[in-house]
Amino acid sequence: MSTPETKRGGLPHQPPGNTLGKENYLNASRGFLSWALTLDHKRIGLMYLVSILTAFLGGGLAALYVRTELIAPGQTLGDADMYNQAFTLHGAIMVFLFIIPGIPAALGNFVLPLLLGAKDVAFPRLNLASYWLWVCGAIFAVISLATGGVDTGWTFYTPYSSSTTTSVIPIVTGVFILGFSSIFTGLNFIVTTHKLRPKNMGWFNMPLVMWALYSTAIIQVLATPVLAITLLLLIAERAMGIGIFDPALGGDAVLFQHFFWFYSHPAVYIMILPAMGIISELIAVFSRKHIFGYTFIAYSSVAIAIFGFIVWGHHMFTSGQSDLLNMIFAALTFSVSIPSAIKIWNWLATLYKGSISWDTPMLYALSFIILFTIGGLTGLFLGMLAVDVFLHDTYFVVAHFHYVMFGGTVIAFLGGLFYWWPKMTGRMYSETSGRLSAALIFIGFNLTFFIQFILGSQGMPRRYFDYLPRYEFYHQVSTIGAYITALGFMVAAYSLAMSLVRGKLAPANPWGGNSLEWHTTSPPPLHNFEGEPRSDDPYDYGDWKWDDSVEGFVRKDAEATA
Amino acid sequence: MSHDHDHPSYLQHHFDTPEQQFTSSKLGMWLFLATEVLMFGGLFCAYSVYRGNHPEIFMYAHQFLDTKLGAINTVVLLCSSLTMAWAVRAAQLGQKRLLPFMLILTLAGAFGFMGIKYIEYSSKFDHGLLWARAYEPHEEGHHGDDHGDGHEAGAADHGAAHDGGDDHGDADHNGAADHNGASDHNGDAAHEAAAGDHGGEQAEALPDGVLEILPSGLKVEKSTIAPPGSAPSGTVLTVSDDGHGEHHGPEPEKTKVFFSIYFLMTGLHGIHVLGGIVVIFWLLFKSLGGAFGPEYYTPVDLVGLYWHLVDLIWIFLFPLLYLIH
Amino acid sequence: MASSTDGKHVPHVVPLWILIGVLAILLILTWATVAVTSFDFGSNMNLVVAMVIAVIKAALVVMFFMHLVWDRPFNTVIFVSALAFVGLFIILALLDTGQYQPTMIPGYTAAGGVVP
Ligand SMILES: [Cu+2]
Repeated sequence: MSTPETKRGGLPHQPPGNTLGKENYLNASRGFLSWALTLDHKRIGLMYLVSILTAFLGGGLAALYVRTELIAPGQTLGDADMYNQAFTLHGAIMVFLFIIPGIPAALGNFVLPLLLGAKDVAFPRLNLASYWLWVCGAIFAVISLATGGVDTGWTFYTPYSSSTTTSVIPIVTGVFILGFSSIFTGLNFIVTTHKLRPKNMGWFNMPLVMWALYSTAIIQVLATPVLAITLLLLIAERAMGIGIFDPALGGDAVLFQHFFWFYSHPAVYIMILPAMGIISELIAVFSRKHIFGYTFIAYSSVAIAIFGFIVWGHHMFTSGQSDLLNMIFAALTFSVSIPSAIKIWNWLATLYKGSISWDTPMLYALSFIILFTIGGLTGLFLGMLAVDVFLHDTYFVVAHFHYVMFGGTVIAFLGGLFYWWPKMTGRMYSETSGRLSAALIFIGFNLTFFIQFILGSQGMPRRYFDYLPRYEFYHQVSTIGAYITALGFMVAAYSLAMSLVRGKLAPANPWGGNSLEWHTTSPPPLHNFEGEPRSDDPYDYGDWKWDDSVEGFVRKDAEATA
Repeated sequence: MSHDHDHPSYLQHHFDTPEQQFTSSKLGMWLFLATEVLMFGGLFCAYSVYRGNHPEIFMYAHQFLDTKLGAINTVVLLCSSLTMAWAVRAAQLGQKRLLPFMLILTLAGAFGFMGIKYIEYSSKFDHGLLWARAYEPHEEGHHGDDHGDGHEAGAADHGAAHDGGDDHGDADHNGAADHNGASDHNGDAAHEAAAGDHGGEQAEALPDGVLEILPSGLKVEKSTIAPPGSAPSGTVLTVSDDGHGEHHGPEPEKTKVFFSIYFLMTGLHGIHVLGGIVVIFWLLFKSLGGAFGPEYYTPVDLVGLYWHLVDLIWIFLFPLLYLIH
Repeated sequence: MASSTDGKHVPHVVPLWILIGVLAILLILTWATVAVTSFDFGSNMNLVVAMVIAVIKAALVVMFFMHLVWDRPFNTVIFVSALAFVGLFIILALLDTGQYQPTMIPGYTAAGGVVP
């Protein structure tokens, strides 16, 4: 098996535990079909990764278009319709094609069975189906784009979405299909977590990212079907005129928002919970300290998943929702801040007196804590009924949302990507470019969005194509920030791409983690582990020590894994 | 793989034991059923909201559903549920002749259900008792006389019939009536015309509904909200409480939404029955090849669960749609 | 609950008399739910009666036809939580629409299409 790969052997140094050029999941079989029809969760994870990053590029370009359009009042690039389509496209792509599948389906697919010491997920064929459904959904999104685009915003509110002449049905069909992709991933993860743990791994020996992915999967399974029926009703509304949501036919447009947010509030936890899970790993590993408050973090994930279902009405304070429900939802909304705060405090306590190493994943993790805290705290303003009536539909909401979704999820996604990259590819990236990307994104992000809090509190409504001259300065700063952020992403992409070309070969355990994925080779073999993996406390790093010759961590009881 | 003891052909490599594989599949199926429950839950929610706020339309409109056919269909579905459960039992006991027989009986039930559903649907189509936009009931006796005239005038210009002062009471006389009538018969032609040829008759070539386009490219659109004055709602109707015994009675506002809900709920349920038919056929072919026995009958069990869920939903749909008092 | 030490799957077989008995009860309840519609129990009680009968029927199907009484408890947890979330959704949506319905101005309508 090693012959076709020998020229790679010419690379400077192959540490023990690196399998490039030897047998691993990447070269276990060859050809297009061996990928397209693979049942290996690692390959499916990689295919997801490539696909969602492509979607991210598309959504990012739409975002740059939006920011560029807003650099000056009046028309800058295109007309108002074009602008409406660009922000709709940005929202729909980022939410449905990137963030929701981002961590669970791409990174989660790769690491979840490894974290459990399992050979695969419980239903590998369902996993593959989930990927191809994603592709199908993406195709529908492209069809919608090709047939004139959509200008409803990613929320598809009726009655506008049932009366606009843009091509709503294709994209809604696409999102409907993506919903099933997401459900299948969630279902698979729940069963895998229940049934495929090794015998000696109890629930409370699981790494915390598992708790996060598990809680996410609960939401995916319980909330996404409601999105499916909502979109089905919207399609029926447009195609047949069923009138459930259309006042002209005797329906009720506010009911649509109940339907939509019954899914979409829990969905923001589909987006943020796995990110929190990754952060729990990164903070502990790069502080070289046992995670503080394991059970609290674990239970808070489940609590977030459940509380997430009872607060959806906070998106509807100004929609015509009744005062009674406004008050109920405002009160309930504050309950979700408790488990999130529990996590933050436990991460801070983990950092306290830790021996912190400033590797790229850790920089992203620290960014996350800062940005998510700002995002979470500004959420309190919006959850408060009286304040929200003033801030609703302004840039304050845009800023809050991006602090949570971008400052939270995307940053954690990048952290996780840089963290598991050596495991996925067997290559190390250059720390310099990695750190530079983290810094640029952090600076650019804050420049883009912090100023939008001010912009919003001064009354600039969101989704507007034009604005008064007095907002111009803020918009310009924001746009410049967006360019810096884009530069940061380019550096990150460069860093990862270059690692594939001339990166150092990665050891089995470059960071000194003790969860099971670090117990196997980089990249792992087809069936993940040689023999039965031995699981113990994933946050006990005492068994590993740094070894200069390996440029990674090796077990102290070194039965040299050569 | 890591174990040397016997590894049966149906056991996938990443499971250690058949028991682990079986309970995993079961758990997965129950999760899937949970998603089904939530998906139908959305429709039950829409149902509750409309029934809670407009009980009179349910009182009135359920009379147009045939209770007898609904009850027969309930019985048919319950019986097919029994044969499905029996099929699972047959598979567990290795009764290789009984299993396909029970599956065929189940299929017969499924086809019977769909057949009766077809009869019901076609009578609804015949009487124009359709979802909101296509709703145009035309049976003697339960609609104003003037409506009948409109109907005779031919379906093509039904919009005119709407203007004739019928008792729809759907407040779409003014402007909206055009929209409504046109879309009834020409599908989305009205929409497409509006999108495609921008303002054929409008001198300034502005898209429909646009008052002007500012130099910045911003469009000033006309309000699509019609204030009370301009859209007189239909005659205010009250429904007699004893809607049940006496047939029909005056039609309340929004009755058409009942039929939207009826078609959505029974339609989605019907699609699930069709899906069930497909998978039971698949089971039938596998079982004729002797694929299932006491050690491995997971697909039979899972399809059974699905089929019972379809039955379960009908158990609620029947009283909620047909048996309103 | 079927399990054994060596990981072999041992099916739990439902006795035939249970299956047929359950069907008999289901059919009787179906008859009953149709029959009671000719009585008027007063304000919404007919709906309550119909729903109680439907819930009993559904419970029989779930417990016996779907094996849930003999199955792993966690499957029950899943099913019941799905129902609970549906209930939550319906109750809150119903509560809200019931509240705002009276505040709607009669005659106002989103024209849907274009106002001439
Ligand atoms: Cu929310």
